[in-house]
Amino acid sequence: MSARKVRILIAKPGLDGHDRGAKVVARALRDAGYEVIYTGLRQTPEMIVEAALQEDVDAIGLSLLSGAHLTIFPRVAALMKEQGLDDVMLFGGGIIPEDDAPALKQAGVANVFGPGTSTQDIITFVEQEMARRK
Amino acid sequence: MELTERILKADRRALARAISLVENDGEQAQKLLQEVYPHAGQAHIIGITGPPGSGKSTLVSQIARQYRQQGRTVGIVAVDPSSPFTGGALLGDRVRMRDLAGDRGVFVRSMASRGSMGGLARATGDAVTLLDAAGFDLVLIETVGAGQVEVDIAREAHTTLVVEVPGLGDEVQAIKAGLMEIADVFVVNKADHAGVDQTVRALTIMLDMNSAACSWTPPVIKTIALHGEGVADLIEAVDDHWAYLVRENALQDQQRIHAQNRLTRVMRRRLFDELLAKIGPERFEETVMQVATHKIDPYSAAARLMNSKTQGS
Repeated sequence: MSARKVRILIAKPGLDGHDRGAKVVARALRDAGYEVIYTGLRQTPEMIVEAALQEDVDAIGLSLLSGAHLTIFPRVAALMKEQGLDDVMLFGGGIIPEDDAPALKQAGVANVFGPGTSTQDIITFVEQEMARRK
Repeated sequence: MELTERILKADRRALARAISLVENDGEQAQKLLQEVYPHAGQAHIIGITGPPGSGKSTLVSQIARQYRQQGRTVGIVAVDPSSPFTGGALLGDRVRMRDLAGDRGVFVRSMASRGSMGGLARATGDAVTLLDAAGFDLVLIETVGAGQVEVDIAREAHTTLVVEVPGLGDEVQAIKAGLMEIADVFVVNKADHAGVDQTVRALTIMLDMNSAACSWTPPVIKTIALHGEGVADLIEAVDDHWAYLVRENALQDQQRIHAQNRLTRVMRRRLFDELLAKIGPERFEETVMQVATHKIDPYSAAARLMNSKTQGS
């Protein structure tokens, strides 16, 4: 009963008009037994990192469709470092070309999930990362 | 404890960590609360409850904004349900609290109910204690979407707001026991929707039937939380209630009742945990199966388990 629950923030930075994908991922993680904090649309990197801090999450998942990921994801990673959230895992998804993945990983994003990723792949990745970081 | 020092200085990271600790229970959490508890007891604790979709989160956000304009700091604990099947949860109250982001005078924590049935989580009260000790002037507790019996909030908050929306029920709903009884202030939100006058009337009629024994009559406040309409009136009603509690010396009575409830809950849980440890989980499971298959009734089973306190006896 007192088992530690893994908490994950799912956030939508930038100006995307819809959050269908983020909601699907949030729901899938909920069904996998995680406590998912969902922030809704149009979050700035500052809002996301502050929410992650207040919610004491183990991971942050960013969803972005607009193409601004090369700017926004590294900005979130940098702010996390600034706030001392070094032990929080950052991952992302959305419309992100495979070619951009190395640069994002270099910036501190643990993994990037492009279009067509199954939710199971995301869950498996999160499970592995959480087990590794225990 | 270093963590305690940091909480008392309202260090946000420490506060966040501490809330996780009390959520996950254990010895460290107990030690922390032992140190922090004497510093709490200053904040005005306000509960916001009502059915799912009635606008609780939006109201909480608006209430917090109003108090922030007065320069008062606000801690928020927002509870959403855990899945009874997977234990997972989708905590979505922050979506409606977007306007509070970036304000250092506000701290928002989402909390999963983790199996508690009364509208709050087991650790909600402890999280409130931490926010209180950290010096927030007001602590707002948003319950899970409540039906008729999720009334635990009244045992944690000084002032309980029950949020209604037009079109949910008639006068008979309004005189039912449970949720309708715990309100210190009624909020009829979405007051731009059809049927708002009937809802207000039903509540007013119900309140007219109340015995004169209580010196506080809950006001009925109309709001359109989405546009902030009526929120100033609501804040005034909340402050009036606080002034009433102080004026009538009702605060001490209330705090005694809250303390009794809290202590009872902790003792009850402790007793059960200790008993279960003595009985042993295997024997307990076996007995559960016997009850499930109707080989023994739950009362005799409980008597048998509780009389034989050592495993295997």
